[in-house]
Amino acid sequence: MAQPLPALSRRRLLRGLLAAAAATALPSAGPLARAAEPLTRVLPGTGEALPRVGLGSWITFNVGNDPLLLEACTAVMAAFFAAGGRLIDSSPMYGSSQATIGHALKRLQAVERVYAADKVWTSSPAEGPAQIEASRRAWGVPRFDLLQVHNLRGWEGHLETLQAMKAAGEVRHLGITTSHGRRHDEMEHVMRRVELDSVQLTYNIVDREAERRLLPLARERGIGVIANRPFQRKRLIRRLADKPLPPWAAELGAATWAQFILKFIISHPAITCAIPATTRVEHVRENLAAAREPLPDEAMRRCMAEHVRGL
Amino acid sequence: MATSVWWTYRPEDLLMVSPRVYARLFELHNQALWPAQLLALALGAMALAVLLRPGPRGTRLVVVLLAVAWAFVTWTFLWQRYAPLQWGIAHVAPLFGLQALLLAGLGTLRAGLRLPRRWSVRRGLGIGLFAYALALHPLVALATGRGLAGAEILGLTPDPLAIATLGVLAMAEPARRAWALLALPALWCLQSALTLYLLREPGAWLPLLAVAAALAARWWPAPAALR
Repeated sequence: MAQPLPALSRRRLLRGLLAAAAATALPSAGPLARAAEPLTRVLPGTGEALPRVGLGSWITFNVGNDPLLLEACTAVMAAFFAAGGRLIDSSPMYGSSQATIGHALKRLQAVERVYAADKVWTSSPAEGPAQIEASRRAWGVPRFDLLQVHNLRGWEGHLETLQAMKAAGEVRHLGITTSHGRRHDEMEHVMRRVELDSVQLTYNIVDREAERRLLPLARERGIGVIANRPFQRKRLIRRLADKPLPPWAAELGAATWAQFILKFIISHPAITCAIPATTRVEHVRENLAAAREPLPDEAMRRCMAEHVRGL
Repeated sequence: MATSVWWTYRPEDLLMVSPRVYARLFELHNQALWPAQLLALALGAMALAVLLRPGPRGTRLVVVLLAVAWAFVTWTFLWQRYAPLQWGIAHVAPLFGLQALLLAGLGTLRAGLRLPRRWSVRRGLGIGLFAYALALHPLVALATGRGLAGAEILGLTPDPLAIATLGVLAMAEPARRAWALLALPALWCLQSALTLYLLREPGAWLPLLAVAAALAARWWPAPAALR
């Protein structure tokens, strides 16, 4: 009869998994060593320094209970942590993604390492607490670091809940989200009216609507900004794939279009971090490596946007 | 406000699975059900033989088999496997259950359905669709690089079941019953084609072609003996 692995063996197995991911991500580094920590930015008003590239989970971690794909996602998260990543973002809307993250956090013993960002996604504020608790159990974390009202759905009632949870120490930070450039008027209204730690919105080198009002407002109000859809769900990368990077991209330390785009996003002074999602270990490495010096200044950012617009 | 925002989403924004997860759905389903594939293929071959020499009892048997398959696929594939990954499927699954009930009801009660014995364009298209769903559709997995482990088998997965059902209904009489039973399989094929297109699967056009063939068969004038 098969016996459960003794604790020591299991720990060694997990270390091996992390080490393998780290070795893949950073060939010159030893196991679990992080050769170069990614740049961080403090979530305004909280003192929480977050690596400027996080990890999204829309679609990529929605793998059900498929053991093969659960292990693949675990390897992605192992590489993410090994490369210095912390913030992982999910939602009850994302199918089985929360459970996948919970599976990997347990396997990697990374509950202490992760900055857990999730959302409440229901039009009924009364259902919010039960949904949040179900999400917390799926992640297997003692509490969320950041809870956000997904797509502003029922935001008034949910923010009351989140404020009460924050006051009780049941969540550290709270925020609201939107995507695809939708509901910016409503988001601006909430940002002006409610004390928020973070907003999440779509921002990348071609979707720049947020630059007009929301990003300046976030700076003015001391609100962190998480940029979702950095690659327009691969569409932007596919569009640029057959185009060569400009020669001056090397001066920015951008070796790929993904890094070029991420450097553009995270160099905006209002952006706390970007959250690309991926299923591949090498892409995690590539993404986290974008969160290193040098980053473009304002003049270079204009040049980058102009270049992509002209392609 | 929330309702109006839905119109601004693209279909791809609502698709929650990646190509690898979609492919693994069928691999895991096949692993879990093995060796039910052999039984399903045998029953499908038997049904095809009945369609080639249809009689009242044989036709009823085919319709009952289809109804059972729709119920089976509703539970084992849509509800247990697909719905946890794609929340829209939870709303589709009851419609699959409804199709099973409709087939069992409209397809067997009173006179049930009648199938043509003489060859015609309509019959050729109907039997062709059924034979494709049984014998060729599983091989699409090979052509698209998924491998036989990810084959979609008639009776166990939704696409070949919808196509085979379209084949039977394309040639069945009375027309009003056939049209009533044809709607849901056709709608499934349309959504499946959209899903496959969004996943960039090369076989996305196949369910569309099946719907077109079924509609062409239905609109084709029926042989006088069946009217």
